[in-house]
Amino acid sequence: MSTALSVESQEKVPDGDVLLSVRDLRVRFPTEDGLVKAVDGLSFDLRQGETLGIVGESGSGKSVTSQAIMGLYRGTRAEISGLISFDGVDLLGLGDEELRRRRGKDVAMVFQDPLSALHPYYTVGNQIVEAYLVHHDASKAAARKRTVDMLDRVGIPNPVKRIDQYPHEFSGGMRQRAMIAMALVNDPRLIIADEPTTALDVTVQAQILDLLAGLQKEFGSSIIIITHDLGVVAEMANEILVMYAGRAVERGEAEELFYAPEHPYTWGLLQSMPRMDRLRIERLRPIKGNPPSLISPPSGCAFHPRCAFRDDARLGCAQVEPGFEADAPHPVRCLIPPDERIRIFQTQIRPSL
Amino acid sequence: MFAYVVRRVVTGIVMLFVMSAVTYLLFFSGGADPARFTCGKNCTPELIEQNRRALGYDKPVVAQYADFVKGVFVGREFPDDPALKKIAPQTIAKCPAPCLGYSPLMNDNVTSILASKLPVTASLAFAAFLMWMVLGVSGGVVAALRKGRFTDRALVGTSLVFYAFPTFFIGLTLYIYVAIKWQLTPVPVYTPFSESPASWLMGLLLPGLTLALFFMAAYVRLTRAFVIESMGEDYIRTAVAKGLPKRKILYKHTMRAALTPIATIAGLDLGGLLAGAIVTETVFNYDGLGKLAVQASTTFDLPVDVGIVIVAAFFVITANIIVDVLYAFIDPRVRLG
Repeated sequence: MSTALSVESQEKVPDGDVLLSVRDLRVRFPTEDGLVKAVDGLSFDLRQGETLGIVGESGSGKSVTSQAIMGLYRGTRAEISGLISFDGVDLLGLGDEELRRRRGKDVAMVFQDPLSALHPYYTVGNQIVEAYLVHHDASKAAARKRTVDMLDRVGIPNPVKRIDQYPHEFSGGMRQRAMIAMALVNDPRLIIADEPTTALDVTVQAQILDLLAGLQKEFGSSIIIITHDLGVVAEMANEILVMYAGRAVERGEAEELFYAPEHPYTWGLLQSMPRMDRLRIERLRPIKGNPPSLISPPSGCAFHPRCAFRDDARLGCAQVEPGFEADAPHPVRCLIPPDERIRIFQTQIRPSL
Repeated sequence: MFAYVVRRVVTGIVMLFVMSAVTYLLFFSGGADPARFTCGKNCTPELIEQNRRALGYDKPVVAQYADFVKGVFVGREFPDDPALKKIAPQTIAKCPAPCLGYSPLMNDNVTSILASKLPVTASLAFAAFLMWMVLGVSGGVVAALRKGRFTDRALVGTSLVFYAFPTFFIGLTLYIYVAIKWQLTPVPVYTPFSESPASWLMGLLLPGLTLALFFMAAYVRLTRAFVIESMGEDYIRTAVAKGLPKRKILYKHTMRAALTPIATIAGLDLGGLLAGAIVTETVFNYDGLGKLAVQASTTFDLPVDVGIVIVAAFFVITANIIVDVLYAFIDPRVRLG
């Protein structure tokens, strides 16, 4: 590591051990139109040093999950139940003050749009220093030095000058680097990146992802990266979790999910990706239909209205809710029998990818 | 930054000139004969003619305005007649710079008249400003924090009631009940600060409150709206995610963002009030610019009218400039402009 001034040493969970364990997480928002079930029974584990990619369309519940982990719904009317165990402590059971102490220190978040996520009236340095000082009893000068160091580490040139500049004086990519610096300043064990590259140009996207991967190696943190872009998770994630209608529908190692996916939704996602290496006479193939209502989701399997392999008579897709074995290595929330799924993928889906 | 301020000031001065020109031309080149309004009841045709020459109303309007501008910078004399000055200097009325005209009806230089009324209006304006800012902004913050609950509805509802009542009603009610009937305060009378600071303060209480209650309503609602909007911003979510304590988020992050529009509006309101609070001053019989404006308008005292318009414009323009500069201080994104 770098500076003489470093963060107070934290006992790190040894690599390979489970750092974060989510079980049956439910997040519901009471609204005038009804109860919105944004997350409806989500379970997964994250090991120390690993990267989990959460993929899904808008409204799948991925951002809500990350904000629930951070405890950003405390004090709002959201109803949260389930278990979020971080380093052995149930975050949902913690008091507000206890949770606040962990926020920004053990778990940090990088948001999607750095221009709106940073306060426009304060310098970038001021905001990073603030993030550091709220969790460490250090002098302003020491905090400032650490901030300059972090800005340098994330690849911002001339950090001594930049530290006193305002967010609007940075370019988009620089701003996101600054946000990453702010998230890392307290050496968190878990970084949650919620669509970190969505607001950026493609070339800048690649740089930011490289930066995150490099910093992860250097700091040894775990990352949850949330995105709707499969290309992003292909680069970064060890494990991928596909979410739909507030639930996980498939989870597996990255390679497996790209080369042997088993859920019709995942197939649809892969098929809908535009291909540079194909003739452009083909039309795009979106998943037909629209995302489901989270107030009154479809009966049975939530995906059945849009599923090309739906079979109500034989499988009962519209009546029976498929299960999901969270502890299995490659769980799939689907009523189609496993060997049939593999067969369908090999014969029908893979040739078209 | 300095260039920004200089530019604003120069623009302001130009605006003031334009306003004074338009006002002067409007008043003195209309159909009515300005000389006719110079003597009130005891007007004779000879007196009107004498006044016309003395005050320069016989010249073309543009020449009159030129004299007026000259008077602002170097002073004037009425009548502007060097021959008469040698013979009978005591009949010449002197109007030192900055001369905003001469009012024959009040028998005094407009500048002196305005200067004597200004302290009253200024005291009233600042007293009201202080009251409404402190109570209005804090009330708005409380309402925003307790949004949807009883405290919020009570604060907004009460302020709406005060907003709905006409100023004269609130003023009279306070005067009659608080001062006279219940004798909670002495009868409100304006006492200059130099005479007795304590009496000056007491004298400002009821009329200041009358004005403040009206503005307070707007500020409770505005502050509440801006704070709520600010609390929903992404950077507040970031602040929470960093682990900042609630109080710090409120005072450092939320308030600073919400204060910008509030400061803008407050500055403009104060600038406008400095031109005189007509109804309040009349109800409490305080000799300020507002009461003067009513008097001058009803007696067609054109020079005083012009003077008041210029003073009012000056305050509003200055308030605008100050608010703009303040805005640049608070919001760094503006400084590039």
